[in-house]
Amino acid sequence: MPKVKIPRKSTWVDMTAMCDVAFLLLTFFMLTSNFTKKEPVLVATPSSISEIKIPETNVMTMLIDKSGKIYFGIDGQDNRQQLLQMMGETFKIKFSQEEIKTYTLLDLCGNPIESMSSFLKMKPEVRDLPQNNQGIPADSTNNQLIEWVKAARIVNPELRIAIKADESTPFPVVKKVMKTLQTLEENRYNLITRLEGESDI
Amino acid sequence: MAEISQDQGSHKKGKGKKRSKKLSTRIDLTPMVDLGFLLITFFMLATTLIKPQTMEITMPSNKDVTEDNQTVAKASQAVTLILGGKDKVFYYFGKTEGAQLTATDYSAGGLRKLLLQKNFSIIKQVEDLKSEKTKTRMKDEVYKSQLSKIKSGKNAPVVRIMATDKASYKNLVDALDEMNICYISRYAIVDIDAADQALIAGKDI
Repeated sequence: MPKVKIPRKSTWVDMTAMCDVAFLLLTFFMLTSNFTKKEPVLVATPSSISEIKIPETNVMTMLIDKSGKIYFGIDGQDNRQQLLQMMGETFKIKFSQEEIKTYTLLDLCGNPIESMSSFLKMKPEVRDLPQNNQGIPADSTNNQLIEWVKAARIVNPELRIAIKADESTPFPVVKKVMKTLQTLEENRYNLITRLEGESDI
Repeated sequence: MAEISQDQGSHKKGKGKKRSKKLSTRIDLTPMVDLGFLLITFFMLATTLIKPQTMEITMPSNKDVTEDNQTVAKASQAVTLILGGKDKVFYYFGKTEGAQLTATDYSAGGLRKLLLQKNFSIIKQVEDLKSEKTKTRMKDEVYKSQLSKIKSGKNAPVVRIMATDKASYKNLVDALDEMNICYISRYAIVDIDAADQALIAGKDI
C-alpha cells in the first residue's frame, strides 16, 4: 500500500516585498523630515486661525518662556558661528574654538553675553537647567537683544523674525521685545501660534 | 528561520557523479526588514510633520511719524480695545474723552460679536466677493487685490489695541486673531497713552 505523503509546506515567507516597503517608507521619512528643534524650555503657543506656515530656513527665533526669559537663535551652523564671533567682538569677549563649536550646535540660547562663556563650557546635561538660563537681557539699560538682532541681520540679511512665546507670558516682556524690534526698524515679524483646536504637543 | 534548500535529497539519486552543491541565492531578509522599521520608527518620532502656524504682523514704524503724515481716524470708526488681566477686554468707541468703558471677553459672543457688528458692511462685501469668486472662478490675484481694497475701504473701522501689563501674550494673539476673523485690516498695537491711562485708572483692569 502506497503511503500518501502529505507534502509539508514551508513556513518561509518571502521578505523581499516587505523589505521594499520598509525602505520606501524610510526614504520618504528621511527626505521629508526636518528634525524637531530642541528647545531649552517647553513653550505652549497660543492658538489662532492663521494658516500661514513659517519658513524652514532663514529664520531668527525669539523664544519667550512663561517667566519672561528671552532666548535667541538663528538657523544654520555657519551663521551661528559668525554670529557668536561678531557678538564677541562687540562685547570684547574672546570665545575659544571649543565654545564656538558648542554654540553652533545649539538652536536657541538664552544667556547674557557675560556668562555665555561659562554656559558653553557646561556639560550638555546641566545646560538646560533653569538656573543656567537667565535669559537675554532686553531692558532699556542693558539691551543685549538689540545687539543679537543687529549681528544676526549682518550675518544673514534674509532672516525673518519669529517670536514664539508662551500663552501665559506676561505682556510687558513681549512689549519689551517688540519695542526692541521697533527701535531697529524691524516692523514685520511673525508670531508663532498653533492651529485652533489642535492639542498641544 | 531555517531554509529548505531546493536541491534537497538530490544526492540520493546520484550515481557516483559528483555534483557541486548548488547554494541557494535566497537571503533571509527578516533582519533587514527589522532594521528598516526601526529606522522608520526613529524618523517618525524625531520629525515634525506639523509645521507651526504663524501670524504675520506689521508694526508701525518708529521714525517719520509727524503730525502731518499721521492718519487721523474718524471718531465714528475708531474702536479701542484695552486688554486687561483675567482674560477680560474693555472697549469703547470714538474719542477717549468722555468714553464709557465696557467689559467683554474673548469668546465668540463677546469681542467677535462686537467687531462683526461694527464691521458689518465690510463683511457683507467680502462675502459677496467670495461667492462671486466661486461662481466666476476669479483668479487668486484679482481676488486678493479686491479683498484688500474692500478691507481698507473708507468705512472700515480702525482698531487700536492696547494691552495693560496684566494682559498675557495669549490675550494679544486672541485679539489679533479676532481682527483676522472679522476682516479688519486697519488695526495697530499701540501704547497706552496718558488719556487712556486716566480712563482706566482706579478701575479693576
